[in-house]
Amino acid sequence: MNAPDTAMIAIDNLWMAFGERQVLERLQTTVAEREFVTLVGASGCGKSTFLKLLLGTERPTRGAIRLDGRPIPAEPGPDRGIVFQAYSVFPHLSVLQNVAAAREFRLGGPSGHLFGRARREVLDAATELLQRVGLGDALQRYPHELSGGMRQRLAIAQAVLDQPRILLLDEPFGALDPGIRADMHALMLDLWRERALTVFMVTHDLTEAFSLGTRLWVFDRVRHDPHQPDAYGATITYDLPIDASRRSSGAQATSGDPVARHPARPPSTTTGVTS
Amino acid sequence: MRFINRRPTRAWRVLLGVLPFLLLAGIYLAASKTRLEINPNDKLLPAPATMATSMQRMAFEPNRRSGDYLLLTDTIGSLRRLGTGVAVATVLGLVVGLASGGLPTVAAGLAPLLTVLSLVPTLALLPILFIVFGLGELSKVALIVIGTAPFIAREIQQRTREIPIEQIVKAQTLGANTLQTLCRVLLPQILPRLIDAVRLSLGAAWLFLIAAEAIASTDGLGYRVFLVRRYLAMDVILPYVAWITVLAYLFDSGLRALNRRLFPWANPA
Repeated sequence: MNAPDTAMIAIDNLWMAFGERQVLERLQTTVAEREFVTLVGASGCGKSTFLKLLLGTERPTRGAIRLDGRPIPAEPGPDRGIVFQAYSVFPHLSVLQNVAAAREFRLGGPSGHLFGRARREVLDAATELLQRVGLGDALQRYPHELSGGMRQRLAIAQAVLDQPRILLLDEPFGALDPGIRADMHALMLDLWRERALTVFMVTHDLTEAFSLGTRLWVFDRVRHDPHQPDAYGATITYDLPIDASRRSSGAQATSGDPVARHPARPPSTTTGVTS
Repeated sequence: MRFINRRPTRAWRVLLGVLPFLLLAGIYLAASKTRLEINPNDKLLPAPATMATSMQRMAFEPNRRSGDYLLLTDTIGSLRRLGTGVAVATVLGLVVGLASGGLPTVAAGLAPLLTVLSLVPTLALLPILFIVFGLGELSKVALIVIGTAPFIAREIQQRTREIPIEQIVKAQTLGANTLQTLCRVLLPQILPRLIDAVRLSLGAAWLFLIAAEAIASTDGLGYRVFLVRRYLAMDVILPYVAWITVLAYLFDSGLRALNRRLFPWANPA
């Protein structure tokens, strides 16, 4: 595990409940800058909720997430970009405008518009990035005219243009065809390296989780009450570092990797039991 | 093939669409003819020629007393009231609807009021408006505004809430503040809905206009229709009603065309 002073994100005994329904419990870990964390687990075990806590749209019921030692802001901000599975791009803006908007919000006035030279510069930067992600021929098209894969490329370009430190991906490729998915993986890894991002990606695809991540988290419930299925929340039961050099044959990393922590009692080593 | 699976060809669709109009016209002509044969002075179902003569007089000959071309002054008067009322209602409805649809705090303050206001029977307010604003233009415009603005505001509020929360979150992760999110994410996406809401509220706006003109006015399409009623002048009333219908149709299809033209992204083929 990373030493506390190099950690960018520290998760300190995090609990999350929606009313009576306990979703997450006893999350205790740290994440260093430039890690690529992939989150897997059954549906409804709190992966997306964890992402929302990082995003700031949900508040933890107990514990805290610290970013550089300070509690993470309680609302979304430009330091944390996000790509959702759907509805990530603005339907009323062209491809170019969608990406340019990312910078216009920050530089533009009260209405978020830029004019003249400043606008041209933003459009140039947006065009360059769009060519980089393979959308150079679709600049003037609207999102409804794009394929699913192109739309996600657009969403990723939009999210990384203004250089967030953290990029959150909520099943971004879940609705895409396998072939297109492979292209997206290559793009995602390139951008992650080039732009020095710290990435959290929720996925249902284990191969994807192993081939993209530097670290894989498995979310699961370790305590069960058969009479009250919602009484206990999920936690990180496995925290596997993935060796980058073996990423191509990623699936084997589960069984053979000597550094992978395989706790017999899952929470005992990777997550601190505090209650 | 089962009837439910049968789709008429283009030619058939046009024909089937025109048929009811022809049928109605035929029934009218036959009934009119029969009545006029019995009593040539019958006023209830005037012959097309009589209506044409009357409208020729209303539209193209200056009125003997005022010197105005009555159809023109009536149309201008009515459209000015309707236009002012609907414009004010649109702006009000947009601002209130967008603010309460996008900002939970504003919604908490305004939503209950809006719900109650949109339930007030507007026509029952007409006497109050006449008392407060007098019998001039203001009370008529106010009636249209009060009658349509709450509807537009509620519609816009609903449509704003239907915009996926992901978009609002996304804008914030791109650095947008509240005003920017309203102006660049919510407002543009709501504009096509606004045009639809105005289209839907135009029917009610016409109703309030004609009601107000019928009671206190000196010109306007509604005023004229109720004025000539005293003389049973169906030869004027029927063409006037047709003219109002044509105007309403033109506005509706004009707004629909505008919507498609301005917002191609909102109407994917």
